[in-house]
Amino acid sequence: MKNNIIIGLMVLICFILQSTFFQTFSFGGISPNLLIVLTAAFGFMRGKKCGLLVGFFSGLLVDLFFGDVLCFYALIYMYIGYGNGLFRRIFFKEDIKLPMVLITVSDMVYSMLCYLLLFLLRSKFQFSYYFIHIIIPEMVYTIVITIVLYPLILFINSKLEGKNQRSEGSFV
Amino acid sequence: MRRRKAKFTIPSKYLLLLLTVFCVIVMAVTFTTDFFAGPLSNIAGFVVVPFQDGISSVGSWMSDRSDELKQLKDVLQENKELKAEIDELTTEINNLQQDRYELSNLRELYSLDKQYEDYEKIGARVIAKDSGNWFNMFVLDKGSNDGVEVDMNVMAGSGLVGRVTDVGPNWCKVLSIIDDKSNVSGMILSTSDRLIVSGDLELMNVGMIRFSQLLNTEGKVKIGDKVVTSHISDKFLPGILIGYVGEITSDENNLTCSGTIIPAADFEHLEEVLIILTKKDQIDEE
Repeated sequence: MKNNIIIGLMVLICFILQSTFFQTFSFGGISPNLLIVLTAAFGFMRGKKCGLLVGFFSGLLVDLFFGDVLCFYALIYMYIGYGNGLFRRIFFKEDIKLPMVLITVSDMVYSMLCYLLLFLLRSKFQFSYYFIHIIIPEMVYTIVITIVLYPLILFINSKLEGKNQRSEGSFV
Repeated sequence: MRRRKAKFTIPSKYLLLLLTVFCVIVMAVTFTTDFFAGPLSNIAGFVVVPFQDGISSVGSWMSDRSDELKQLKDVLQENKELKAEIDELTTEINNLQQDRYELSNLRELYSLDKQYEDYEKIGARVIAKDSGNWFNMFVLDKGSNDGVEVDMNVMAGSGLVGRVTDVGPNWCKVLSIIDDKSNVSGMILSTSDRLIVSGDLELMNVGMIRFSQLLNTEGKVKIGDKVVTSHISDKFLPGILIGYVGEITSDENNLTCSGTIIPAADFEHLEEVLIILTKKDQIDEE
């Protein structure tokens, strides 16, 4: 229970920071995607179910504030969380390469889906422009933020898991 | 927690399927009605908005300070130039005041007293911006408690910013005119030719908006002409300044023109905006 509240708070904090602080400190109008980092990280650290739940609620927050239809982003984030959960078996805490690769790919997939569903379907075909000016910068910025944010998430997660082993509690 | 008590866990595969179905249903429902949006966004507004309010004021305070340091030098230089300009302008004002007297007389004649200066407005602060990089929406710190309603127009300075698309008790969501989804019916002030102003992500990053379907008037419309909202728009009040014509090209069909507009509002540094509390349909009723 406590774990779920803490994870929920992390989602909330990331969303708030992303929509306020990082919008003020955006480079060339591009801001990083913290929620993808969080969703992916919980996916490969705690498994498919946790990943998809964190993704679902992250996406729902985005939907409520900036979406046109409810549950659109929730669906995208959820599948990204689930997809990352598949890599739990080959995830080790000491290894930083896999998380970096997974988060990068996740952000890429997210951006691609956004382009395909929100732009291509409205017959906006300048993919190369969007790729160079939106997708790549967002990816790079997100990776840079990941370097700072990921150890923090890892630390919090290890605290949560430490507690869990003692109390044999639930895992989401 | 239900799961823990009953020692019953749903396999993640089925949970994924369940939530997917749920999402699809909710998407379909919200696409056609706004059944869920009300209560959910009330809750979200209640939880998230106070934080956004606080953090964005801290963030903007910090960026203000750094900007101030940078600008101090420029400002001193500018101050000198501006003082010289003041003298110049005071003489100009005297001339203009005479013109204005004449104009107000003429306006009375034409009963054009519905200028947007007269609309009732309230100030609001931008507290959050779209978390993604694809669209340009933002959240303001005024909501239905302050009398804000959906489809009210939002201005910054003298230029149109967008319109309210969603309202909570203490917040409202604004779709800006530079957003890729936005379309505004406008007209050239000097010739009254109508055109469609549509946001474009590609031009958004260079601070421009695209316009199209302007009747080809063979050079009558010039670069720098004012573009205002038109009378036929059903969401936007007439006569609000959108921006200035930046570039204009003839379309392939030789009947219409398209090009870019430089918006009058500064979308890069949007902090304080004005919400016009009069809606278009209210004017029509009067």
